[in-house]
Amino acid sequence: MDFSLTEEQAALKESARRLCERDYGFERRRHLLRGAEGFSRDLWKTFADLGWLGAGLAEDDFGYGGGPVETALLQEEFGRVLLVEPYLSCAIIAARAIVALADPARKEALLAPLVEGKKLIALAHNEAALRGDDAAVKTQAARTAEGWRLNGRKAFVLGGSSADVLLVSARTPGGVTLFEVPAGAAGLEVIGYHAVDGRRVADLVLTEVVLGDSARIGAEGGALAGIELAVDHGVIALMAECVGAMDAALWLTRGYLSTRKQFGVTLNTFQALQHRMADMLVETELARSMLLRGIAALSDPDPEARRAGVSAAKVQIAEAAVKVTGEAIQMHGGIGVTEEYVVGHFYKRAVLARGLFGSIDLHLERFAAWSRKAVA
Amino acid sequence: MNFDLDPADAAFQAEMRAFIRQALPADIARRGRQGFHATHDDVQTWMRILNARGLAAVHWPEQYGGTDWSPLRRHLFQVELRAAGAPVPDQAALELVGPVLYTFGDEVQKARYLPAILNADTFWCQGFSEPNAGSDLASLKTSAVRDGDHYVVNGQKTWTSEAHKADMMFALVRTDAEARPQAGISFLLIDMKSPGVTVRPIYTINEGLSVNEVFFDNVRVPVENLVGDENRGWGYAKFLLTNERTMSAETPHTAFDLAMVKQIAAVELRGGRPLIEDPLFSARLARFEIELRALETAVLRVLHMGEGDPALNATASVLKLRGSELRQRIADLAVEALGDHGLAVFPDVEGQDNMDVLAPVPPAPDYAAGWLSRAMFRRATTIYGGANEIQRTIIAKSVLGL
Repeated sequence: MDFSLTEEQAALKESARRLCERDYGFERRRHLLRGAEGFSRDLWKTFADLGWLGAGLAEDDFGYGGGPVETALLQEEFGRVLLVEPYLSCAIIAARAIVALADPARKEALLAPLVEGKKLIALAHNEAALRGDDAAVKTQAARTAEGWRLNGRKAFVLGGSSADVLLVSARTPGGVTLFEVPAGAAGLEVIGYHAVDGRRVADLVLTEVVLGDSARIGAEGGALAGIELAVDHGVIALMAECVGAMDAALWLTRGYLSTRKQFGVTLNTFQALQHRMADMLVETELARSMLLRGIAALSDPDPEARRAGVSAAKVQIAEAAVKVTGEAIQMHGGIGVTEEYVVGHFYKRAVLARGLFGSIDLHLERFAAWSRKAVA
Repeated sequence: MNFDLDPADAAFQAEMRAFIRQALPADIARRGRQGFHATHDDVQTWMRILNARGLAAVHWPEQYGGTDWSPLRRHLFQVELRAAGAPVPDQAALELVGPVLYTFGDEVQKARYLPAILNADTFWCQGFSEPNAGSDLASLKTSAVRDGDHYVVNGQKTWTSEAHKADMMFALVRTDAEARPQAGISFLLIDMKSPGVTVRPIYTINEGLSVNEVFFDNVRVPVENLVGDENRGWGYAKFLLTNERTMSAETPHTAFDLAMVKQIAAVELRGGRPLIEDPLFSARLARFEIELRALETAVLRVLHMGEGDPALNATASVLKLRGSELRQRIADLAVEALGDHGLAVFPDVEGQDNMDVLAPVPPAPDYAAGWLSRAMFRRATTIYGGANEIQRTIIAKSVLGL
């Protein structure tokens, strides 16, 4: 057991912090959000040049030999500046789905350009009625003479509006199957919009989308386990963002309290606020510890234990993030609820994190079911 | 980073588990599971078994009878002790005064007191708090006035844990009334059998006895019982309280409690089904278990941090605050899980510290015993060792710099 970072990991974290602090100011972010795609292609290329798009992938998977620790280090820094580039959807979730399900030839065809920043890929698994129950896919893929015909609707697909390739899950006779669908496919409508924290998402309407059998990724009916693993990696990476956002909100608030004066004194002299700040720090530190436990859970060979560990991390960290960032708004007073000031945006990201990939209730239930089994 | 227990550490843990299972007498383990304060005899018997193996104070330096175990191994040993229901040893001696003595005591004091602590020949209590010096400890007034080869001690201590069983007290006394509050305090060892010492029990809301008032009326204490230098006691006390804070958030205790609550919830029924299958109860239990996971990981992180690690203060601050709250809440949850049985007063029939020695035993299952008592007593966990409000102020000032 060892909680320290390797030299390479420390360097990765350091370079991410430097770049984010230098190039990702709040005004730049606001500017990007108003653009057509809602993020910076230039920055994406920089990420590729720095090796970040493959930082969490093994060398056999066209990455640089890292794993979830490297991913979390980057995500934490991204959370501090509320980054909006589709890193989570493309470099983590889609990449993990490909690693889990694709054969070597397709891995090369998809992962190599993904890591080089030449192809944006998104996992289109979620549907409006799914609410975190990954098995409940309703989109249908029917057998045709040459391949498959897809009908259905995908919802709130992270990174879906700019993706070159969509990995669409659909129900087939044998279960859930994953398909590679090019963004321009006939019968595919992409409806883009933005989420609470500014990041772009999309609904997909699939109407008689015809695909060859070569579009199928992995075995017919055999995609669910791989999708669940990819989603689990996504949840933990999102929780890492939360830890970064909480920490940044906490220290921003600390600075504000030390300078803002009311009644002739700075706000940091009020014990009512000091104690609440102490609680915010405690929540943040507990979340940081839980993140490590969540990362460890990702490599649990028992999928149920892994999912339970991920659910536990989601409950603990996402709720803490909403609490801490909400308190940060409260302590800022009126400025905290304005669009032009950053602190409220930490809260918006926390709210997204709480709701994505299943509610707190779902994750509590999932953990409880596993825990109950462990007793029996 | 590597989150797996090293094979050697895992083997160590298994070895300790096997040793404890074989060495802990069955009747002591059974009483331990009931959760009442361990009796003097049980503590003594168990500490002597451990001492015979050199395991009475594993966190002490080897030269004083400790071990060279890593912080992680010491923690794993605690986990196994708690999981087996072993009696909690004399904490005042092992955790508090022992380290002060081997750090600041003279050779005579070390030779006289340390082996007796290890073998549970001498039980200790801590004489710090006074009626008007609680969180504001430096305002303490109990005085020690030099008279030839003795100090003459007058005053009163309160909330003194285990004073009614203790042979010795380590006390903070005022030796200079003129100096500023922190500068006039000395660290004195007082024989509880000295003439002029009176111990009065304070029964707590669990109807049990563990804390006391102690009065000093012209008690003569030999000067060789002064630890370190006169008027330097505040520094030794601060050293001691730092040790107290890092006592691992008592997560091994909480983990043991949680396992017991799960067992209770598996047999207690609501609406005809086990409580553990009740969606509302199981959600509460799950939240609890999840928070314990987070806290356990925080403990492991602290155990792996070096003394100079800049993150240590922030991470360690979590432990006392959340650890104490969690201990409180788990006992509370157990009381709720037990239904009516959780509300019935179950006297500590085998112990010596029950307020009413003739209290009748309610007709309730064995697993109900002790929980109400624990839940009531644990209101103190967020008060002793520095109330949680003090902890919050410390965090705000020392970690956040507010």
